[in-house]
Amino acid sequence: MAKAECTPKWNTLALRNRKTCPTPEKSFQTTFTPVSKDKNSQTAGHLAGGDTQSSNGPSGQFLARESIESPSKVLLMLVAGLSFSTRLYMITEPPHVCWDETHFGKMGSYYINRTFFFDVHPPLGKMLIGLAGYMSGYDGTFPFIKPGDKYENQNYWGMRGFCATLGSFLPIFAYLIVLELSNSCTAAIIAATLLIFDTGCITISQYILLDPILMFFIMAAVLSMVKFNQQRYRSFSASWWLWLVLTGINLAGALGVKFVGLFVIILVGRNTIWDLWRLLGDMSLSLVDIAKHFLARAFALILLPLILYVTIFAVHFVVLNKSGPGDGFFSSAFQSRLIGNNLHNASMPEYLAFGSTVTIKNLRIAGGYLHSHWHLYPEGVGARQQQVTAYLHKDYNNLWVVHRQQDNNSQSGNPDLVRHGDIVRLEHKETTRNLHSHLHEAPLTKKHFQVTGYGINGTGDANDLWQVEVCGGQKGDPVKVLRSKVRFLHRATGCVLYSSGKTLPKWGWEQIEVTCSPYLKETPSSQWNIEDHINPKLPNISLSVLKPNFLEILLESHIVMFRGNSGLKPKDNEMNSKPWHWPINYQGLRFSGVNATEYRVYLLGNPVVWWINLASLGLYLTMVAVASIATQRGFSLGQQRIGGGLLMLGWLLHYAPFFTMGRILYFHHYFPAMLFSSMLTGLTLDILFRSADLLLHPPYSYWFQRAGQLLLLFSILYSFYLFHPLSYGMTGPLAHEPGSAMADLKWMDSWEF
Amino acid sequence: MLQLPLVVTAQVDLLLVLVSLLAFWTRLSHLNYPNAVVFDEVYYGQFVSLYMKRVFFIDDSGPPLGHMILAFGAYLGGFDGNFMWNRIGAEYPSTVNVWSLRLLPAFCGALCVPLVYLLTLELKFSHLSALGAAVLLLLENSLIVQSRFMLLESVLIFFVLLAFFSYLRFHNAPSSSWSRYSWLILSGVSCGAAVGVKYMGLFSYLLLLVVASLHTWKLIGDKTISHMNVCVQSVHRVLCLVVVPVLLYVFWFYVHLSFLNRSGPHDQLMSSAFQASLQGGLSRITRGQPLEVAYGSQVTLRSSVSQPIPCWLHSHKVNYPIRYDNGRGSSHQQQVTCYPFKDVNNWWIIKDPGRQQLVVDTPPRPVRHGDVIQLVHGMTSRFLNSHDVAAPMSPHTQEVSGYIDFNVSMPAQNLWRVDISNREAESEVWKTILSEVRLIHVNTSAVLKLSGVSLPDWGFRQLEVVADKLFKAHSSSLEWTVEEHRYGTSQEQKEREAELHSPTHIDVDRKISFWAKFVELQWKMLTVKQEESEHKYSSSPLEWITMETNIAYWLHSSTNAQIHLIGNPVSWGVANLSLLAYQLLAVVYLLRRRRGLKDVPDGVWDQFVCLGCVCVGGWLVNFVPFLLMDKTLFLYHYLPALCYLYLLSPALLEHAHTHLLSSVTHQRALCVGALAVLLSIFLTYRTFCPLTYGSPELSAHQLQGLKWRDTWDILYRRR
Repeated sequence: MAKAECTPKWNTLALRNRKTCPTPEKSFQTTFTPVSKDKNSQTAGHLAGGDTQSSNGPSGQFLARESIESPSKVLLMLVAGLSFSTRLYMITEPPHVCWDETHFGKMGSYYINRTFFFDVHPPLGKMLIGLAGYMSGYDGTFPFIKPGDKYENQNYWGMRGFCATLGSFLPIFAYLIVLELSNSCTAAIIAATLLIFDTGCITISQYILLDPILMFFIMAAVLSMVKFNQQRYRSFSASWWLWLVLTGINLAGALGVKFVGLFVIILVGRNTIWDLWRLLGDMSLSLVDIAKHFLARAFALILLPLILYVTIFAVHFVVLNKSGPGDGFFSSAFQSRLIGNNLHNASMPEYLAFGSTVTIKNLRIAGGYLHSHWHLYPEGVGARQQQVTAYLHKDYNNLWVVHRQQDNNSQSGNPDLVRHGDIVRLEHKETTRNLHSHLHEAPLTKKHFQVTGYGINGTGDANDLWQVEVCGGQKGDPVKVLRSKVRFLHRATGCVLYSSGKTLPKWGWEQIEVTCSPYLKETPSSQWNIEDHINPKLPNISLSVLKPNFLEILLESHIVMFRGNSGLKPKDNEMNSKPWHWPINYQGLRFSGVNATEYRVYLLGNPVVWWINLASLGLYLTMVAVASIATQRGFSLGQQRIGGGLLMLGWLLHYAPFFTMGRILYFHHYFPAMLFSSMLTGLTLDILFRSADLLLHPPYSYWFQRAGQLLLLFSILYSFYLFHPLSYGMTGPLAHEPGSAMADLKWMDSWEF
Repeated sequence: MLQLPLVVTAQVDLLLVLVSLLAFWTRLSHLNYPNAVVFDEVYYGQFVSLYMKRVFFIDDSGPPLGHMILAFGAYLGGFDGNFMWNRIGAEYPSTVNVWSLRLLPAFCGALCVPLVYLLTLELKFSHLSALGAAVLLLLENSLIVQSRFMLLESVLIFFVLLAFFSYLRFHNAPSSSWSRYSWLILSGVSCGAAVGVKYMGLFSYLLLLVVASLHTWKLIGDKTISHMNVCVQSVHRVLCLVVVPVLLYVFWFYVHLSFLNRSGPHDQLMSSAFQASLQGGLSRITRGQPLEVAYGSQVTLRSSVSQPIPCWLHSHKVNYPIRYDNGRGSSHQQQVTCYPFKDVNNWWIIKDPGRQQLVVDTPPRPVRHGDVIQLVHGMTSRFLNSHDVAAPMSPHTQEVSGYIDFNVSMPAQNLWRVDISNREAESEVWKTILSEVRLIHVNTSAVLKLSGVSLPDWGFRQLEVVADKLFKAHSSSLEWTVEEHRYGTSQEQKEREAELHSPTHIDVDRKISFWAKFVELQWKMLTVKQEESEHKYSSSPLEWITMETNIAYWLHSSTNAQIHLIGNPVSWGVANLSLLAYQLLAVVYLLRRRRGLKDVPDGVWDQFVCLGCVCVGGWLVNFVPFLLMDKTLFLYHYLPALCYLYLLSPALLEHAHTHLLSSVTHQRALCVGALAVLLSIFLTYRTFCPLTYGSPELSAHQLQGLKWRDTWDILYRRR
């Protein structure tokens, strides 16, 4: 009964606000009235479907609502202040390299030094880290060799501070998003409090990592999307465009940091499709209007992010122009761009000749060099002969010598050129074994034959002979170094030398399998080019290799990244975090320090916060289920709406895909999902407290609500007080040893602080 | 009152009878040819043999119902399980009734055809559409091949189709009739059976649940029905479609476990308690061991991990090398390892640190959780010891050694605390087989652990045992169980050695409950990973749609006669086309309806949506998951998805005929086109028959002609 009375009251309130505060910040207030009208006509099925623009109907708390405007600003300032102070506190501690700083700090340095490197993530995050380091006076000389290295006098605070600053925005964004979705300061403040006082969020924000940058963009994208949704009745206005474009920019940012950004793109995409679907059903709009809407979104959410994303890569390639550790992952043509690489302005004999020492590179992207080493295939894997693999790094074991079928050592004058159709014997320079194949199954690709190193010092058998074939060439054509695509046909079995792209197990040092394929189709996997070519008897000619265009580079670097990503398989004996561990805060990550004497930082969520989140997920689902069944049966629950569908979907999208991933997973992969989960908690608990009036009469319901909120706040604060050493560092005995200050806090056996 | 005359009126759908007969003819004729092991029969056959011998096994490829059905067929034919399933192409001896081995899958495969006919009718399409779907399925070479051998896909498809048919029967029946609940129960039973045959059945089951919940959701929204009625109906559906399948699934395991009660090749993967419940094997050794471990007990300690192989804590009279290859030093004390074979050196004696004696008191003093003990190696009398020396292969952990005091400035650190991790009370007694125990080193609080790494030659390639300080909470590599156990009676070393060599036996019977066994077996099935490697005929899911791949099932030992899993290319084309057409049509319809343009009346629209839910949905759920899977996959995994498309094609054609084409000429053209396609399907079926039935033998030239795609592997015998 109380609710029925409330509605008109609320509307007058909205009207009053519209009159008195016409500033853009209150736009959600102005737009609220049409929403609430519209809502009556909508079917309640949308409740569970999570239509994202939903706002909370009034259901009680008017005392708090009365003054929603002024406290929200004060609260925002409070959230910002607390957030920055918790993240920036003790930012320079510990003064040594922690965990993955060894990677990302190093990559930041590479940008400052303009050295080319390879990483499985897109470049934006590391570029920003590099930029932050550059601005704060870091000179890029620190080697970041391994975790635990002391920084000494390096200016590392800039990079950490930058990450922490971005990390500090997360609670603020969470506050604003929840406020937009629910119109309830209480819900917003709960969500922000959860994030501010979560030790995990603090720890992950404080170091030179990609995660704070990634989460910044994810949250910013969600915030702009929510803001954009609120602009739905002011189509094509300036603020409409602003939020739309901001959404697009942040999407590009998220994807530019890590491919996990794809999930938020899906979230925004789903929201946009839903929005367009709604517009399509709106008969007051003409098809032209709808087309305009569609084009505007296609531009801002597809084209713009794409352009930005490509620009990021363009900057990446322009900045990194010196040869570095990542060269071998890329094709010969790509390497010729890099200053310092032996292919940059290369000069070598132009045509392949007998007696030359060469490296042979597979043409498949990230195909690797033909490689062999002093190790045999293990028992049970074909013949027990020397392994032949493809290897991505430059190495002496990649060198092969081209011999004639019968070496008659007539080394007089200029050596003969190798021509299309010639029979050659490839001898591995270090081990003097011949490239060999025979009718045994290859180790992984069972349809192909095994390739081994066989014979020694020039002796061998008929299975060591390979016929050189220049693709597109005719009999007698010479083999151009770098430019000719060459195939090696095995004489005895008729198969062709092939790189399958599969990673060998431990016995093969996780290098790439090389086989001999009986399927003679011309694919890059069976084509090779001669990259280095050393023959002192031939004159060196400066070669200008065909420079690849930007799109080719872009495509190549992406394929290399995806390969690298899927190649990150969990190794035996290595601890591997499972996705189901994450929401229950089962196990953390050791950021720094192992022993009692060291300064230890342990990435672990504040268990109280995380378990509240977990419980709220269940609570939310129950509430939605009960509410939707009730509505379907025709009971009216008033106008209570839960705007959590979007957040629930965000959580799912950032969590569920990890179950299907084969790559190695870490605890910190859960943090984006955790942000969504915390915001959902804010909404859910707020609704729960306010639903007290279903059971209790005022003023008891009001007391109940206040008590609940206070209890929640107190438990979060107290647990933060208990667990703050996890983030800000602890020394002394380990928790499972007697005498440790943290001994009572080891609530789960699996925690390792 | 009985009314006379008694009259029975029956309506027989002759079309249905006709397609059924044809289906039986195509699937069942010459079933015992070839009289040799064909493809995966070699895999399923070994399980059938084990069933016949009632020997326990684990197969991680699927739940037991499928194997049971195959075994039932074998049982009917009097198969005694004595056949070596060692290679594809091996001839069956005359004692094996091949016909009966293959009968049940072929029977199920044949029944799929009439089921598709009925299912189309339940989707509310005409008899002609139903006939079309049945013919498509009837003339699909790959389905025929898959049905005619001792394989499980046809059984799976049969149960899936049956589940959908009976569910729709239930849904379409008037809500007043109570007999419709028997259809619902049948649907639940078929779901349970489908999931029980292969885990792949889960996909279709989930789809059926989604369809059923959509229908239920509508029911809940129907305000003309009373709350009570809605409750009752919903509960019925949950009971039949959720509870019944789950119970059945457990029931298959119940039968499996109660039937297979003898120990066999896979025993070692299971826990000691499980093994003890099987006849022979471990239970023969362990029967009658004392239950409670006491001071003075002689025990073998088995590691709870069965990765890489099950093994027992072991020591032998060889010391660690003074220096390892990489230059690190060792304690040069006696090696302690984990050894995967039964050996007298696996025996350890539990000693009270405060006393000297190594025999059990009368009455025995049991060891409890939290007690501190020493472990003495039976044959060498060394103490199990650990100290701050890096372990040989895992240098971040401590070395474990066999210690004896030679006064060389290395103090003994040989006290271990017993920590029973599956204890129910704090003072729980250490029990043979049942207790999982961690041995915690008192001096360093490190835990005895199997690192999983093999030692090099100096350690005889046995597995490394270490003590790890930084242990994870629940890693089974930390847990050890007492497997063989007896009370020691001899204090003298010589007598004790003799005692250790003698076998153990006394009597008690130990049982573990069905649920414990079920949970363990299920867990093992889901987690045991066999080395997945590529197979010569394995393929990737994307190759299935265009049928880029085939599988050679069998090749005659001397001639060119061969059987391949190759689908009917024309039918596959039709299936793919209709899939595309449906999606296109659905998008157009949806967009236009959203703008208020209703192309078809609401009833037809509902029918169209239902068709899409079942057929396109069925294809999606049976295909998309494979894209995410990291397993060895074969073309036959696509067959269930394909069946859904065959359901879709004729129905879609009928829809187009009645609702899209207005002019009579167009309709006629469509009919003629459909007939032409059917004819070409039949001709292609005939063309590929030699590769489907394995006879007649084709010449190399003819085979070359059948190689419609370059990527198909068809075998030629060189003459």
